[in-house]
Amino acid sequence: MTSAIALKGVVKSFGPTQIIRGVDLDIRQGERHAIIGPNGAGKSTLFHLISGRYTLTGGSVHLKGEEISNLPPYEIYRKGLSRSFQVTNLFPQMSVFENVRCGLMWVKNYRYSFWHLVDRERDLNRRVMEVLEEIGLANRQHVPAGVLTYAEQRALEIGIAAAGGADVIMLDEPTAGMSHSETDQAISLIRKVTEGRTLVMVEHDMGVVFDLADRISVLVYGEIIATDTPENIRNNKAVQEAYLGAEAEHA
Amino acid sequence: MTDTTHLNGGEATAPLVKRLGPWIGLAALLVVLPMIFSTNSAIYTMNLMGIFVVFALSYNMLLGQGGMLSFGHAVYFGLGGFMSMHLVNYIEEEIFVLPIFLVPIFGGLIGLVFGVIIGSFSTRRAGTVFAMISLGIGELMAASSLIFVAFFGGEEGVSGDRTMGPNILGVDFAQDIEVYYLIAAWAFVTILLMYLFSRTPMGRMANAVRDNEERAEFIGYSQRKVRFISFCASGFFAGIAGGLFAINFEIVTEENLNAMTSGVVLLMAYIGGVGFFIGPIIGAVVFTLLQTLLSNYTEIWQLYVGVLFVLTVMYVPQGLTGILAMHGPAFRMQRLGILVVPYIRAGLPTALMLCGIIGFLEMIHHLRAAAVGETGMSLAGIEFDTHAVMPWVVVVLMGSVGAFLTKTQMPQLREAWDQANAPLASDKGVTS
Repeated sequence: MTSAIALKGVVKSFGPTQIIRGVDLDIRQGERHAIIGPNGAGKSTLFHLISGRYTLTGGSVHLKGEEISNLPPYEIYRKGLSRSFQVTNLFPQMSVFENVRCGLMWVKNYRYSFWHLVDRERDLNRRVMEVLEEIGLANRQHVPAGVLTYAEQRALEIGIAAAGGADVIMLDEPTAGMSHSETDQAISLIRKVTEGRTLVMVEHDMGVVFDLADRISVLVYGEIIATDTPENIRNNKAVQEAYLGAEAEHA
Repeated sequence: MTDTTHLNGGEATAPLVKRLGPWIGLAALLVVLPMIFSTNSAIYTMNLMGIFVVFALSYNMLLGQGGMLSFGHAVYFGLGGFMSMHLVNYIEEEIFVLPIFLVPIFGGLIGLVFGVIIGSFSTRRAGTVFAMISLGIGELMAASSLIFVAFFGGEEGVSGDRTMGPNILGVDFAQDIEVYYLIAAWAFVTILLMYLFSRTPMGRMANAVRDNEERAEFIGYSQRKVRFISFCASGFFAGIAGGLFAINFEIVTEENLNAMTSGVVLLMAYIGGVGFFIGPIIGAVVFTLLQTLLSNYTEIWQLYVGVLFVLTVMYVPQGLTGILAMHGPAFRMQRLGILVVPYIRAGLPTALMLCGIIGFLEMIHHLRAAAVGETGMSLAGIEFDTHAVMPWVVVVLMGSVGAFLTKTQMPQLREAWDQANAPLASDKGVTS
């Protein structure tokens, strides 16, 4: 079976500093895959390399067997990879409804059309309402995204990432900064919107990771030191020494 | 025709009358305006307003809707105007046969062509880079207009005669009123088209790129292409405005594509309110009134426009339309009445302060500009000597007393404002 995402010898340097040092990684189609690691390990950088925000210094990235190395983000999105951001990244002056609608327009084939009136596109607007119901923001549809609460903004981030129906969804720390109850809600939302799709996420909250992930990769100083099931990762001595041990001590 | 950024799908189900009402109202207004204001100067002012409305709205496709701050938008207006003027001359010489009322579309196409050429490189980046390129292009075109005399006519510009075109249904555009209806018709059509553009996927994505260009790329859109299409559309409508200008004034000069005209359109859009579709319309109307009416009374009207611009940027960045929109919640809750008395109590001393400041500025200007020995001046029908002490004392007192009294009224005004905008008990909890 073709991998959803395959990284081969991926390297990223900023000037003389190598941040990602030859990462090989296969993410299977339909799995929920978490990337964990200490601060500064390069998790977000790896996300940016896969999604086209950064260009590769070396190696290659394949999406469902097709090479996407160094393509711009919009072309990668069109090939079926969607992502959210660690820092909330919305269209703040536009309403919640408009945010989701913008997230749907490309995949609904509106492209750069200036001959459709969006308010009259019933199927599009119906789908927007479905997404809003799904993420629990239907009653906030008129509100500018910039004035939503933090948890609501995170939910909207996930909604926009998932709205377009991409096969592969990447979430960068989706529960960061949330309370316990908000985190629980976010987990069930992630389960719901990623059902039947491939999920890749970076997350610091080990509870969320072990709850959601089918497999986990551990990234330390720009290298993957292990990729395995949550149970095996938990018992992996190298991982415990490099990361989980330190996490447990902090906890 | 309200805020283009905060509407949503609810509009899809709006009744037909509600959707078409404003447009029917606008059409009716355009038809009856010259019947109410029928003097030559009023027709002149309204013609200019119509041209500026189209120009300012086209500019707002860049700034308000696309987040592109341009300092060179007059290029497309001016080039559309010059080419239209040449076309009018070709029509007069019977090289082309085209009804004069179609000339603005030609101006639009020229604006579009130059939009495509210049936009192909200037829209690669937004922000400062785009602004600097627009400034450079503006300066380049303004300088070229004085160098390429054969095309631009040098300092004299290019003139023509709009009445020499084919006479359609007895209309030869010899009368200003005929030109008024031509401009009104084009203004109506272009306002409608620009509004509809803002409601298309392209218009929505222009807003999205304005808000967060990077995020737009992660939902499938090339930010550069979105900016480019907006830029071309904006150039097209600016070119139409230039064509209307050429027909109305029958002369186009270097001034119509230089930095001053680019500055004027920025002022109009910003004063009106770039965050609202109707903002630039209001801005263009207010600016034209200031330009045509105020200039009859004072030589320093541009100073007042400049001060108005600075005050708008500092205190009401949403522009004049934003001030109106701020009253929306109180209006919907039927609480505007609460504000009437505080507004009068703050407004009267504010007016006194403004009178003092205006008097002071006019007297300074008189001292500088009046002929040697001419010490008397007239302000609002009052004659006085600017070399005497008393008038200075009076204006300074008016300004300072007015400012003091305005300040004393501010707490009550703020309190009334809070009271008028306090959420209804039934709203509490809904927007948690």
